[in-house]
Amino acid sequence: MARASKEKKNLLAPLTESQIFRSIFRTGIPVTRRQRMLSILNNIFLHLHPVRIPKHAVKIKYVWCMGGLSFFLFLTLTISGILLMFYYRPTVEYAYNDIIDLKEQVPFGVMREIHRWGAHLMVITVWLHMFRVFMTGSYKSPREFNWCIGVVLLTLTLLLSFTGYLLPWDQLAIWAITVGTNMARATPFMGHEGPGAALLSIGDVNLVHAGSDIRFALLGGRFVGDAALLRFYVLHCIAIPVIIVIFMAIHFWRIRKDGGVSRPL
Amino acid sequence: MGKKPDQKNHPKVVYPSPGEDKKNIPENASIGPGTLLETPIKRRKFFALVIVGWSVFFGAIAGFLTLMARFMFPNVLFEPEMTFKVGYPDDYKIRQVDTRWKAKYGIWIVRNEEYIYALSTVCTHLGCTPNWLENEHKFKCPCHGSGYKISGINFEGPAPRPLERFRIVLAEDGQIRIDKTKKFQQEKGQWTDPESYLAV
Repeated sequence: MARASKEKKNLLAPLTESQIFRSIFRTGIPVTRRQRMLSILNNIFLHLHPVRIPKHAVKIKYVWCMGGLSFFLFLTLTISGILLMFYYRPTVEYAYNDIIDLKEQVPFGVMREIHRWGAHLMVITVWLHMFRVFMTGSYKSPREFNWCIGVVLLTLTLLLSFTGYLLPWDQLAIWAITVGTNMARATPFMGHEGPGAALLSIGDVNLVHAGSDIRFALLGGRFVGDAALLRFYVLHCIAIPVIIVIFMAIHFWRIRKDGGVSRPL
Repeated sequence: MGKKPDQKNHPKVVYPSPGEDKKNIPENASIGPGTLLETPIKRRKFFALVIVGWSVFFGAIAGFLTLMARFMFPNVLFEPEMTFKVGYPDDYKIRQVDTRWKAKYGIWIVRNEEYIYALSTVCTHLGCTPNWLENEHKFKCPCHGSGYKISGINFEGPAPRPLERFRIVLAEDGQIRIDKTKKFQQEKGQWTDPESYLAV
């Protein structure tokens, strides 16, 4: 037995003791407990998770794993979204046909469906995650701030869904966004048909009107058209993902600092 | 525990009092003649610098955020024209809802015995486009079922108020001119305004 392991070690030695290998894998192939710990801690991707987790943290019936699933779905959506971006053009002239072409002219045309199913699933998993956190009391002190971050993340997820919905530029998309943004014009103070809009005026001239309220800023115009499509594209692909990544970072950091998933205090 | 880290590396700083012999200053002093900081910074000047520095920083950030917000409101819109001509009054039959301009300009031209008016095709509920049902003699919105009479008054469904009318005048060449920048709402009593209908 000892001879066999010695032979195995010698075979790999030229590789594991080379300069390149030791530059990439600084701790080497882990043998000791310390090495096993350092392999996780020194890795930028792996150190998101703690080195060891308590037994009750893997009880699916207790934790449900919905938070982790949400993050996994977010990564899937990002990758499939980037792939879709190679073929989709956000103009009134091309949008609808590009989506059709993505299905019929491009190999693995199921990518559009993966993105869409992932979006639906992510909304479901974040709601279930919120429900689970509530049921296990994981919002109580000192985790209140993290709950608030979670609510912000939920809002951002729904906004991502909303902005992405317009991009296929079909009947469903146009009318859903028309109705949604028409609701925005009734916002207090910021919408031109909302309460308080008339208060913000210099003499006879309304500062908040159809051409200057929050709905106008969202659509880049007075109705859903070219400008709205481009704005929603930028919001969906860059602006909101950047913001959601920042909030996710805070959210995960807070979980680790508060002792990890489902850890009693 | 040992020495505090600070004590290890920093040389002891000596402030020369006025008149003191300058030979007492050690060579590696961080202030004193011949070094970058010739004279020690007085406390008030330090605070002034700090306050000015941070104020400018936050002022710049606030300025940039304002610029960013203003950036989102375009000054020029590329939208279809709001004022246009739609033919002569004789092109439109009495007691009829004309749908020829519905797709292009978003209006119905309706003529009764006394006058012609232009109804907006935007449902007052949440903004969908209703359809004119000739057999049932009413406008019906496909989204949530709002119903309007031929005059534009809402009578069924979730619509909170009647359809809006646009300014309608006679152009110099005798054609009807519609101006969508001016709208007239019945619930505000604006349908009595002479520009909301064209007497023919």
